[in-house]
Amino acid sequence: MRCIQYEEIKQAVKSAVIKANTLLPDDILEALELALENESSSRGKMFLKILLENAVIAESEKMALCQDTGMVSADIDLGQEVMITGGSLEEAVNEGVKEGYQEGFFRKSIVSDPFTRTNTGDNTPAVIHTHLDLGDHLRLTIFPKGAGSENMGQLAMLKPSQGTEGVKEFILKVVREAGANACPPLIVGVGIGGNMEKAAYLAKKALFRPINVPNSSPDIARLEEEMLARINALGIGPQGMGGDTTALGVNIITFPTHIACLPVAVSLGCHCTRRVTIEI
Amino acid sequence: MIVLRAPLNGEDIKSLKTGDEVLLEGTIYAARDAAHKNIVDAIHKGEELPFDLKGQMIYYVGPCPAPPGRVIGSAGPTTSGRMDAYAPLLIEKGLKAMIGKGNRSQEVIAAMKKHGAVYLAAVGGAGAYLAGKIEAVETIAYPEQGPEAVFKMTVRDFPCIVAIDCRGNNIYDLK
Repeated sequence: MRCIQYEEIKQAVKSAVIKANTLLPDDILEALELALENESSSRGKMFLKILLENAVIAESEKMALCQDTGMVSADIDLGQEVMITGGSLEEAVNEGVKEGYQEGFFRKSIVSDPFTRTNTGDNTPAVIHTHLDLGDHLRLTIFPKGAGSENMGQLAMLKPSQGTEGVKEFILKVVREAGANACPPLIVGVGIGGNMEKAAYLAKKALFRPINVPNSSPDIARLEEEMLARINALGIGPQGMGGDTTALGVNIITFPTHIACLPVAVSLGCHCTRRVTIEI
Repeated sequence: MIVLRAPLNGEDIKSLKTGDEVLLEGTIYAARDAAHKNIVDAIHKGEELPFDLKGQMIYYVGPCPAPPGRVIGSAGPTTSGRMDAYAPLLIEKGLKAMIGKGNRSQEVIAAMKKHGAVYLAAVGGAGAYLAGKIEAVETIAYPEQGPEAVFKMTVRDFPCIVAIDCRGNNIYDLK
């Protein structure tokens, strides 16, 4: 049995939310730089340059990359030989978010109720998913996501007869309908299979994977590559004003499903998809 | 480079074409979802508004708090479509320019054509970059709404693109 203190988790989450909101992940920076070389639209190039400059300013000034510092998803892998002492895991995550958003001068964007809509004032609660497994590890992925892109995600319960083609068409439909709203160039997360909530969760989880790491299944990796090319052929471009760079990456995760189901969910990440994974 | 400064008149607006790059200078008012709801309620009740809409520019933004030594935190545009329900009335009352990101509804475009207004796009997700173009910020209404308050901002060299002009030409209508 390994003991981990509440305080240690809280501090780690606090540092992670600050890092996530101010530092663009390396894989996305590299993809933006490559896109700048390949983009044929001069307006698109201008936007890509500004986005790269924005990342430099955010890092050097320790400012949020985007004013929408989002709702925080915390995805936790917990070894069942770990004992957490001094408080609950969820409280440690929420307290870390609260302190990090205060210290980082980040926007507090969470309202306590979807109808009365009063701001909670500290950007909590986070959306927390915990997975128990063998071992004594504690791994957390901190993923603050803005609403511009979050609002453009969609889910479809397709018929199995619609097959791969149905899935491909749905992905393209979601990207097309998102247009400029989700702040392209996008990172496209796709969850296929499971049931309704599993597909939605997997679509979000797909965005945690760096875009330079393909799916470990060669067939799904090929599908990712094909969809990236087809999305970029839509011509939506940076900021939705035309160009070759509509998406920087497509990440797909699949899961077993029911004989009568073909769920597919698409979660769109903006060009400023922020994520930090920490191991305690 | 075209420089825009409020108050804008009909001639300023008519001269702008979709795709034009412009730089904003002087006063713009920041307001997003909750502030729009309040402003529209105030118009319906005949109450005084936080600022006179005539000839002004509204920036759809909910900024991050100002870190020490700065006037504002990250401050890029939010998705304009959520303000579509409120925008036509504001345009009717004299609003001349809206600054945000993403497409607008047919109702908003119709009001822009009828009353002569323009929609400008700022770079979505470039909040740290755009914060550097804002020189002063004053909270003028609804401070209890936090990032959804109305702020009076003074900007310089704030870059935008004319996304929809007063004739209804739309940069988001891709061929």
